[in-house]
Amino acid sequence: MNAIEIKDLCKNYPGFSLDHVNLTLPCGCIMGLVGENGAGKSTTIRLILDMIARDSGTITLLGKDNRENIRLLKEDIGVVLDEVGIPACLNPKQVGKIMANTFRNWEQAVYDSLLEKLAVPPEKPFKDFSKGMKMKLGIAIALSHRPKLLILDEATSGLDPVVRDEVLDLFSEFTREESHAVLISSHIVSDLEKICDYIAFLHRGKLLLCEEKDALKEKYGILRCSKDQLPALPPEAVIGRKETAYGVEAIARRDAVPAGLSLSPIDIEELFIFMVKEANQQ
Amino acid sequence: MQLLIDNKSGTSIYEQIYTQIKDQIIGGALGEDDPLPSIRNLAKDLRISVITTKRAYEELEREGFLYTVPGKGCFVAPKNVELLREENLKKIEWHFSQIQSLAASCNLSKADLMEMLECAWEDTL
Repeated sequence: MNAIEIKDLCKNYPGFSLDHVNLTLPCGCIMGLVGENGAGKSTTIRLILDMIARDSGTITLLGKDNRENIRLLKEDIGVVLDEVGIPACLNPKQVGKIMANTFRNWEQAVYDSLLEKLAVPPEKPFKDFSKGMKMKLGIAIALSHRPKLLILDEATSGLDPVVRDEVLDLFSEFTREESHAVLISSHIVSDLEKICDYIAFLHRGKLLLCEEKDALKEKYGILRCSKDQLPALPPEAVIGRKETAYGVEAIARRDAVPAGLSLSPIDIEELFIFMVKEANQQ
Repeated sequence: MQLLIDNKSGTSIYEQIYTQIKDQIIGGALGEDDPLPSIRNLAKDLRISVITTKRAYEELEREGFLYTVPGKGCFVAPKNVELLREENLKKIEWHFSQIQSLAASCNLSKADLMEMLECAWEDTL
């Protein structure tokens, strides 16, 4: 089964439109959504959660249309958005009591152990929390009502590298269960690279690509050569380039580059930057 | 079983899992009918993609190094002499392809290569 299936999703705002986005996230996998500010990551996530109305297209979550019975569906979805909305006067202990009456599947023991693991002070009021602590509380809540699908919008921003690594481990652990899935958006591409099975690039409301992460890394490489060497390559081999006075750095498709030229491995962040720059030039 | 994954090396993750498991089966570190970790657990333990791990297992199974018992998991297949020979042939082919790309980069013709092969042959005799 697919955890998320998005077909031809469109949403128009003055000055921005999400243009025919197609995404499929199979169960048991983690998908990373990468995009610059204003690319449409949060819009997509809000549409998935039916927080805003779509103009056209379909969204299927865990096999059901997302508008059919979103309240029941949300029992199965753990959500952390970039702002964690908790009343300022409450402390995590009190939040737990409210959540226990909100979610049918609330598990107090899981919540307590997560608070301890993430070092969230249970008696401190929310208004005195740092940005990172707020995020950690949000993550603890999202994981404590036995969700099948986690949707995270910039959930690792504001956390220090060590905590980020711990949180990524939590998400990765979560998908040890085959029926679970995670959709995570982040600016910190290296985080996504660590845990994701699939990577989707959004740019100005359009989906540039949605592919298996390791397949991407196998498909492309960085070629470092002199300026006059580059035109000798077949034009379809080069998908992006950066020229300096001393030579050229280009992103090339491994299968289209003649034998004998060696390509160095690429990381997802470099690939994204090159692809966005190339898209901007066209 | 030991698996060392290097994210920064040029070799793909898929190939690293595939070769390391295969080498351990051929080398005898993994014996006949030994159970292998499940795809999902291995992927999560090593923090690598589930899809890639699955692909490596499938390739090993297709080549006869593993077999799957539905509901129980993957196991090391009995050793097969024919398979080992096949394996070595593949290695030879791989080295040839390396030779070809090296030769292309220094403009050696096929005749030059044949000559080098002849020389090497005579040296070992």
